[in-house]
Amino acid sequence: MPDAFAASVLEKRYGGVTALAGVSLRVGEGELVGLLGPNGAGKSTLVKIGCGLVRPSGGRAEVFGRPAGSREARRALGYLAELFRFPGWLRADEVLRLHQGLAGSTGAEAERGELLELVGLADVGRRKVDQMSKGMQQRLGIAQAMIGGPRLLVLDEPTSALDPAGRRTVRTLLEELRGRGVSVLLNSHLLSEVELVCDRVVIITRGKVVAHGRPDELTQARGVTVETDQGEQRFDIGRDEVPELVARLVADGRRIYGVQVVRSTLEEVYLEAVEGEAP
Amino acid sequence: MTGIGVIAAATLRECTRRRVFGVIIVLTGLFLALYTLGTVTAFHHLGKPAPGDNVDITVLAGATLLGLAMFATLFLSTVVAVFLTFNVLRGDAEQGLLQPMVVRPPGRVVFLAGRFGAAALVSAVYAATVYAAAVVITGLVGGWWPDEVVLPGVELAAGAAVVTAISLAGSVYLSTIANGIAVLMLFGAGLVGGLLGQIGDSIHSDTLSSIGTVTSWALPFEALYQSGLHALTSETSGLTGVIVHLGPLGGAQPTGPLLAPWVLGYILVVVSLAGAAFARRDL
Repeated sequence: MPDAFAASVLEKRYGGVTALAGVSLRVGEGELVGLLGPNGAGKSTLVKIGCGLVRPSGGRAEVFGRPAGSREARRALGYLAELFRFPGWLRADEVLRLHQGLAGSTGAEAERGELLELVGLADVGRRKVDQMSKGMQQRLGIAQAMIGGPRLLVLDEPTSALDPAGRRTVRTLLEELRGRGVSVLLNSHLLSEVELVCDRVVIITRGKVVAHGRPDELTQARGVTVETDQGEQRFDIGRDEVPELVARLVADGRRIYGVQVVRSTLEEVYLEAVEGEAP
Repeated sequence: MTGIGVIAAATLRECTRRRVFGVIIVLTGLFLALYTLGTVTAFHHLGKPAPGDNVDITVLAGATLLGLAMFATLFLSTVVAVFLTFNVLRGDAEQGLLQPMVVRPPGRVVFLAGRFGAAALVSAVYAATVYAAAVVITGLVGGWWPDEVVLPGVELAAGAAVVTAISLAGSVYLSTIANGIAVLMLFGAGLVGGLLGQIGDSIHSDTLSSIGTVTSWALPFEALYQSGLHALTSETSGLTGVIVHLGPLGGAQPTGPLLAPWVLGYILVVVSLAGAAFARRDL
């Protein structure tokens, strides 16, 4: 079975500027993959190529085995752009109806109601877009992306305008989508968000993939902190050596109150990966 | 409903919601009121034609006034066409309005065709309606009716569709303001080219005549306008015929049977080229 999204040695140049320099990545069916990277790393370009908005200079991008941008590929995906606007004169419900028409969705009012409910906009379906806050518009954008039940959801900074409660709603939503077997490519600056929900993380900087893997693979164990009667001490050992260390400390007459294996955070991994590629 | 239908319906709804139609109706009402006043005044001052006059002043006044109304109608429908299309591609893309829609299955070419269809329909119907109103006003006030009533209206409507296609194509490449200015300048250039051609025919200048001919082919709304003007008095002969065929603001010229297929082909090619360019553009 083909991947939901597959990029192979993808390149994109804007004149003399290289946005992507041979990026390869895949999003499996039902997988939630987070895309991380600093501003200008090429994340949005990658996402736009996946949606057919930008043409690659080299390499190949496919959605469920179909060339990205083809009608079949577009039929399979839902997309929320980083910088998007809906016509201010449309009501929230009408935005969804317009996209139902374009997506060929037969979900009618039931689908619109369900999606508005899902993103917490059930009460404002009749409200015009230009009377909605930025956060509400972003929620509407997420609902719009889910019209027609796409098999691949491409979300470019879906929580940038949301408050903490809104972010939690989106996290819950993403987990629910994964449960339904929907694949998600999530481009986000929010490391904690990516760490919490993503199956895999891909870190891009200067148009290249510099790290990728499951969050728990990327965040390695980095020693042990032991709380004793003489205070907290850090030991640069692995998890397997903890019993031996504790036995030695007890034999030395120390009283042990707690032991914690220290792992690097995704933020540390991210900064190491990005700074390692700095010019 | 097809993708084109969905986009066209959304465009028409936008016109309604943003009070485009309201503004057009009010301002066109003012134009027609002014035209009525001018027509009443002109015919009142001219009085009745006297026996033995070489020039039929009723025909001269009616054709001149309606010719002026046709020029105004073409200009107003050009403004309508430009404002409905000048920002629909690059302008909307820069604002992020376009991207959510063109990633949907119908895609970019269908989006463009839908926008063109709706805008061309609105501007063409507008041109035909204002022309029809001007004909009725001229006929009721002055007792003069054009030799051909329907053809000039159809040609004005087709001219508006041509301008719509040009403006839509411009919006692929040019920013909103640049495109608006460019299309209005092309409109002016087309009319000036036609006028030069008319002068060239009168003074037997091949250079000026060629300018007029090339302009008419390159910007066929000008040829349509000239053809429409000519059709108003196509059966009028004698000195009156000579004078009225000079026409107001660009002159009247018969164009021949090639004009209709040329205009259809022109619109098709311009919209197709716009579609091809839009399909390749990074958004």
